Amino acid sequence: MILVTVGMQLGFDRLIRAIDEVAPDLPLPVVAQTGKGTYQARNIQTLESIAPSEFDGMIKQTHLLVAHAGIGTVLTAQRFGKPLVLFPRRASFGEHRNDHQLATVGQLDGRLGIIVAREESELRDAILRGLAMEMSGVADETAARRANLTSAIDQFIRTGIL
Amino acid sequence: MTKVLATASAGGHWEQMMLLRPTLEQFDVHFATTHPDLPRRAGIAAATILPDCNQDQPLNSLRCLFAAFALVLRVRPDVVISTGAAPGFFCVLAGRLTGARTLWIDSVANAEQLSMCGKLSRIFSTRCLTQWEYLADGQRVRYAGKLL
Repeated sequence: MILVTVGMQLGFDRLIRAIDEVAPDLPLPVVAQTGKGTYQARNIQTLESIAPSEFDGMIKQTHLLVAHAGIGTVLTAQRFGKPLVLFPRRASFGEHRNDHQLATVGQLDGRLGIIVAREESELRDAILRGLAMEMSGVADETAARRANLTSAIDQFIRTGIL
Repeated sequence: MTKVLATASAGGHWEQMMLLRPTLEQFDVHFATTHPDLPRRAGIAAATILPDCNQDQPLNSLRCLFAAFALVLRVRPDVVISTGAAPGFFCVLAGRLTGARTLWIDSVANAEQLSMCGKLSRIFSTRCLTQWEYLADGQRVRYAGKLL
């Protein structure tokens, strides 16, 4: 299946509506976690919220994640080795406090396993490309940057030096 | 053994903290977050749940501030670490005031500027890290790598 998530805090009707509209063209069924949105979907299954522990079970059975550009979702997709389509929230539509999700997709576009759709019209192609993607673990450069940070934190805890 | 308090709100903040878990678990670490299902999912038994809050909710923020101080006074950590957001900042603040060494790690989501709590941490935290090299000033805000 294709799992759509908008995070734990805010609804994101623009994404849910766009997915609902392209769902008939997709080869797999779609399940969407919608948060506090009000849009009534017709072509996809929706759930307002999914408990984190239940979410882990669902993501294992998922071929592709489609989500707002939240870091939690990016890290979760990476942890489970699932391709991810990111659709950023926009402050101008009242979807978030500011446009930091646009900055996030600007930084992540082109990374292993991540496809960015900036407009509703790009979602269908992005999803089809994501479904065709082969995933294999975390990229080496990500692991190296991560190791740098964790060893700095380790040293700070032991010695106070950073 | 060094006592560490590690606080992160639900969502991306918590996911980032969980990537630090192997490092933190070399010490006597106590985790705090804002949603009870998260430590349960991670198999962390003794975590503390703080009331969630943000800058638009003065009353919740006050409740959270008190809860953060109560937690710090109970745990008496040597080191307080947070990956955000406001509840974590309150723990950093309480830690600093009670003599702990504190580290604010601004979320990797803040790629354009530091979060509001990150900016406050430049002053109130022992150390403040950004995960974007170009946001570091080499003095109050440093870069040491990123989780993504």
